[in-house]
Amino acid sequence: MKLLLALIRRDLALSLRQGGGAGTALGFFLAVVVLLPIGIGPDQALLARIAPGALWISLLLSVLLSADRIFQQDYEDGSLDIMTMGPVPFELVALAKAAAHWLSTSLPLAIAAPLLGFLVNLEPQAILPLAASMVLGSAALSLLAAVGAAVTVGLRRGGLLVSILVLPLYVPVMIFGLSASQPGAAPGLTTASLLILAAITLVSLVVSPLASAAALRSYLK
Amino acid sequence: MMPALDAGIFHYATRVMELNAKELACERGGRIVFRNVALSLKPGQLMQLTGPNGSGKSSLLRLIAGLNEAQAGVIALEGGDAELTIGQQAHYIAHQEAVKTALTVHENLAFWRDFMGGGDVEEALAAFDLTRLSSYPAGLLSAGQKRRLALARLLLAPRVLWLLDEPTVGLDTASLARLAKVMAAQLDRGGMIIAATHVPLGREPDLRLDLGVAA
Amino acid sequence: MQYLANPTRFLKIANAVLPYVWAITIGLFAIGLYGGLVTSPQDYQQGETVRIMYVHVPAAWMALFVYSVMALASAVAVIFRHPLADVAAKTAAPIGAVFCFLALATGSLWGKPMWGAWWVWDARLTSMFVLMLLYIGYMAIWAAIEDPHRAAMVARVVALVGFINVPIVKFSVDWWNSLHQPASVFRMDGPTIHGSMLWPLLVMGLAYSFLFLALHLVSIRAEVAARKIRQIHIAEIGER
Repeated sequence: MKLLLALIRRDLALSLRQGGGAGTALGFFLAVVVLLPIGIGPDQALLARIAPGALWISLLLSVLLSADRIFQQDYEDGSLDIMTMGPVPFELVALAKAAAHWLSTSLPLAIAAPLLGFLVNLEPQAILPLAASMVLGSAALSLLAAVGAAVTVGLRRGGLLVSILVLPLYVPVMIFGLSASQPGAAPGLTTASLLILAAITLVSLVVSPLASAAALRSYLK
Repeated sequence: MMPALDAGIFHYATRVMELNAKELACERGGRIVFRNVALSLKPGQLMQLTGPNGSGKSSLLRLIAGLNEAQAGVIALEGGDAELTIGQQAHYIAHQEAVKTALTVHENLAFWRDFMGGGDVEEALAAFDLTRLSSYPAGLLSAGQKRRLALARLLLAPRVLWLLDEPTVGLDTASLARLAKVMAAQLDRGGMIIAATHVPLGREPDLRLDLGVAA
Repeated sequence: MQYLANPTRFLKIANAVLPYVWAITIGLFAIGLYGGLVTSPQDYQQGETVRIMYVHVPAAWMALFVYSVMALASAVAVIFRHPLADVAAKTAAPIGAVFCFLALATGSLWGKPMWGAWWVWDARLTSMFVLMLLYIGYMAIWAAIEDPHRAAMVARVVALVGFINVPIVKFSVDWWNSLHQPASVFRMDGPTIHGSMLWPLLVMGLAYSFLFLALHLVSIRAEVAARKIRQIHIAEIGER
């Protein structure tokens, strides 16, 4: 446990010092958000209608584009080799690295996104459900991004491939995230959606370390 | 909790340990790198691994560390901890130094100490004359200094088997002497070392394995 | 399973059964198409358009079925490490992708008279679309990783994670769809379908299955041959 915390702490320190963590992802997030009114016109009513979806899509893309940071460097500099030789199962190492990505990138984005909703005329009463669904869903986003990152870690141009592989995995997360933050949705629907979202996050919590570790091992061979 | 690393006080060999490998074969990209390799290493023994480029020196070390899969053959650390893999009882130093340039020298080692589960960072730094550099970012280090930082990892947690892939690359004479001293201490306390190198290691190896011949 | 794992033995059996599989496939297609296009009645609402069903629905079935075959083969590869299982998974993917594409294309063609648009984001089409992405991702992994051994190991992970994802996507898309519009325009499943339409549909489903079997055997044979050629090339270049 202490060991995994040390790993998370190291990854957080690295993402802070090297840049390219939450800051860059947030910049990317803003760039996508700004394209929307430009692309579809600044009609306030229309923007309000699509705001939750627009913010979710921006969130997915921002998380996805930062995914390669999870394992790439440690793969290239040999750290992953040593990590397979640690006293804990490699699956837990993969889990800790996904957790670090969540803390350094997805979670800050998930908190910032609803607050930046005013840019696309997000209704104020949608902020809270959207924030709840994004925080809950962001953990699944990082866990699934870790699988994509692991599966493409040794490929020179893995970026595009990560998107093809991971976006289908993001579909359910986004659907239930949006369902929870539907403007004017019944409270029962919001609760049910959040619970299903939590279930998806739990499934990812199990599948992600197993899949990531298996994929990473095949690249180390 | 951690046993001190000074020779004499701490000793691995509470049981009789032996690293044995038989009929090892390694394949990479559909090509046989070597086959029918056997080795046997006892406590306190140093094995020097030689052979031309591509003869599979690195592959053999990775195989023992559990990073590669053998196409055939068995490796066993007899008398070792049955709960652990050989890799978990070994230190592995490779060409890639696993050094994070954005972290300081001390932070780099402190992380591996936490990860490996113990050891004294200051002592490890001192053994490779890195104490003076401990608060600098590792990105500023020269190639030789980075190498020393990677080697310092050996002294963090006591592990019975050291797998060293070209450990001397980039080291100056003084550093070579330090490495020799550290290796001697490991052997004295009943450790085993396999080093892939053509450079003299400051002591006669107990065993030699030439992969160029073995294949 | 163990018995079939030997590639040489497998090839021998495959070569022996292939002509029969092709013959059955052609026969089933003849019966199914005759039933679907000639003897079965028009739909009282959809008219002749309903006949797209006989091509579309089995294709959708097969797209799902082949992905399951792929996942099963990958699981076998993980558990038993049979190299042939990886080959089976790899070669199933393009065939499944074609079935998936066929389902999407005929769905789109069907949509024009039914909905007045070439594409409507109906729940089934959307799920099928995501399945297509899973196929593309799986094939892209095989294409991107040069070393076949490593590609096989990574592809297993991709196939199995994708397989877990399929029902979740299906569930979520149905949920999403029910939020945005009432139930589908048409329902083809269940006993509501009349017998004169059902039997040609089932025969077509069987015909597609045999077509898959035939194509899969041919592709496995080709892949095994390609690997042998690779081995020979490596041997010719020399051991070092």
